[in-house]
Amino acid sequence: MRIAVCIKQVPDTEARLRLAADGRWIDEDDVAFVINESDAYALEEGLRLAEKTGGEVVVVSLGPARVQEALRKALALGAARAVHLADDAYQGGDAAATARALAAALAREQVDLVLTGAQSDDAGFGATGSLIAGQLGWPHAWLVMGVELDDGGKSARVTREMESGLNEIVRLALPAVIQVQAGINHPRYASLKGIMQAKRKPIATPAPDELGLAAGAIGAAGARLEVLSVAFPEAGAGAEIIAGDPATAARTLVEKLQKEARVL
Amino acid sequence: MTKRVLIVLQHRDGRLHRMSREAVAAGQKLAAAVGGTASAVLLGAGVGAIAEQAAGYDLEAVRVADDPRLADYTPGGYVGALAPALKSEKPDFVVFPHTYQSVDYTARLAHEVDAALVPEVTGFAVEDGVLVWTRPILGGKLSSRVRVRGEGTVFVSVQSGAFPADGAAAGSARIETLAEAAPAPDREILGVEKAGAEGVDLTKASIVVGVGRGIGGPEKLGPIQDLAKMLGAEIGASRPVIDNDWLPRDRQIGSSGQTVAPKLYLALGISGAIQHLVGMKGSGCVVAINKDPSAPIFSIARYGIVGDLHEIVPALTKALEEAGS
Ligand SMILES: Cc1cc2nc3c(=O)[nH]c(=O)nc-3n(C[C@H](O)[C@H](O)[C@H](O)COP(=O)(O)OP(=O)(O)OC[C@H]3O[C@@H](n4cnc5c(N)ncnc54)[C@H](O)[C@@H]3O)c2cc1C
Ligand SMILES: Nc1ncnc2c1ncn2[C@@H]1O[C@H](COP(=O)(O)O)[C@@H](O)[C@H]1O
Repeated sequence: MRIAVCIKQVPDTEARLRLAADGRWIDEDDVAFVINESDAYALEEGLRLAEKTGGEVVVVSLGPARVQEALRKALALGAARAVHLADDAYQGGDAAATARALAAALAREQVDLVLTGAQSDDAGFGATGSLIAGQLGWPHAWLVMGVELDDGGKSARVTREMESGLNEIVRLALPAVIQVQAGINHPRYASLKGIMQAKRKPIATPAPDELGLAAGAIGAAGARLEVLSVAFPEAGAGAEIIAGDPATAARTLVEKLQKEARVL
Repeated sequence: MTKRVLIVLQHRDGRLHRMSREAVAAGQKLAAAVGGTASAVLLGAGVGAIAEQAAGYDLEAVRVADDPRLADYTPGGYVGALAPALKSEKPDFVVFPHTYQSVDYTARLAHEVDAALVPEVTGFAVEDGVLVWTRPILGGKLSSRVRVRGEGTVFVSVQSGAFPADGAAAGSARIETLAEAAPAPDREILGVEKAGAEGVDLTKASIVVGVGRGIGGPEKLGPIQDLAKMLGAEIGASRPVIDNDWLPRDRQIGSSGQTVAPKLYLALGISGAIQHLVGMKGSGCVVAINKDPSAPIFSIARYGIVGDLHEIVPALTKALEEAGS
């Protein structure tokens, strides 16, 4: 089975954030970037399904030059090939513009299944996978915690998370776009051998016209959502911060919990 | 021209979902801000009583697609039910509750009717004649102000808690049939199961110690367990802690875990993403211990200590011992 996995590179959740000079995004200098959490789980799921069916995984990412590092990591983990939508024209899109570009790249890959993460940890649209499915005209499922292939790969039994602690099990006809939630599996670590092999694996960088994409349909030019500014949440309504060394702060907190909040 | 706002209602167990009432509050507020009218739409099978409930809000109409093909939610069913009316009427705004169900199909519907999508909004304002939406990014560490360019319908889904349900104005709406609905279920539903094994009921605990990814690993739990014991508290966790198997799934707190409201919630190494907050923000008193002073958890906490939890936790246990509580 041929499987594509869409991975986005996002700031590490541990990163200390500063705003960019134009106030529309964070200053990316000194920020560590990692594979989006749910995408790492999607990749692992793709690798397992490929191993089970004797297939291969192609990883696809849209983003600037730094994204090569994330793709190399995915190749080291076992993906066979990578596609990097690196051209400037692809960048700065909203979910719809990004999905248009990704779908065009995916359409060339002749895959039976596309896996994405459920949500990016930076933009947090939760929409790109469904929009790719819309572009390809395939069924989709969001927030997936289990995938089992049926009918020799013609359909999949998919476990979807619902609110209130329930999972729903549905059957989807393949090809489909499955949007994987964190926790579906336990992602593997890259082996030294894998890291060495990754160096020789191909990363394609198709230009928009090679994918039949008009410049106005993708990237910032194709986006209907425009970010005007970003900001830290307003201070003020926040917590009373208790200062001091650990012992002092701990004693003060206990006193406040006893006398002020009266919860101890 | 009068703007038209359509609010899509979700229901569960024969009643409007709590977040549908929040979506009504948001939709009414939006209609007032842009100079327009709000109507609601309800999809399902045998939903007459829910339509009556919805008709008790100040809306122009509650438009219902009551169809056996909508008995169970499927994206194809919902897109098929809504797309024809959206295409022919081209409302200015469609407001959804930002629930797992909505997220599953709204992007697909937006694609189908060529609408712009602004997911998970927490607020909006008309600034110099431009409608500006606010939504969280980077796990709630930052918020962004966005606007929609171009013509056409705009979809927004509203974040839980952003537009309190008690802000929804009561009134009396007429109930009518949603025209042209053509649901086309595209999933076979095989069953529903409980996500986690039956286990601890964290909702009964009067004190909960919530641990997050910031604890660093399961081997770091010892001192935290000592603290919990001293407090007589149960230990709960954020999702990554569970996903990494540091603690079992029945201890997860948040939108896909348990919802707790103890008198005291101690958040250790938890950043405060909305999916976690919805599971614990009803707590009487929230204390956050985090090394990042701008972590969003501090914005809902009553008390905070900025620092390394591995130093503060043992100090706290000691302070409790000394205070004899
Ligand atoms: C559909 C969906 C459903 C979800 N459901 C849930 C859910 O039910 N429950 C849930 O919790 N999440 C859920 N999530 C995930 C959620 O979005 C966040 O990713 C998650 O809550 C983050 O967990 P965290 O705060 O433990 O980790 P992080 O965001 O990584 O935060 C770790 C924090 O620890 C701090 N820290 C690190 N080291 C130390 C130290 N030594 N001392 C003090 N502080 C330290 C850091 O400053 C940081 O703030 C869901 C996500 C999606 C998309
Ligand atoms: N730039 C990108 N490159 C590759 N995949 C992406 C990109 N943006 C989003 N995705 C995929 O779509 C999922 C949902 O992203 P989002 O809609 O931004 O929440 C992510 O988890 C990724 O799998």
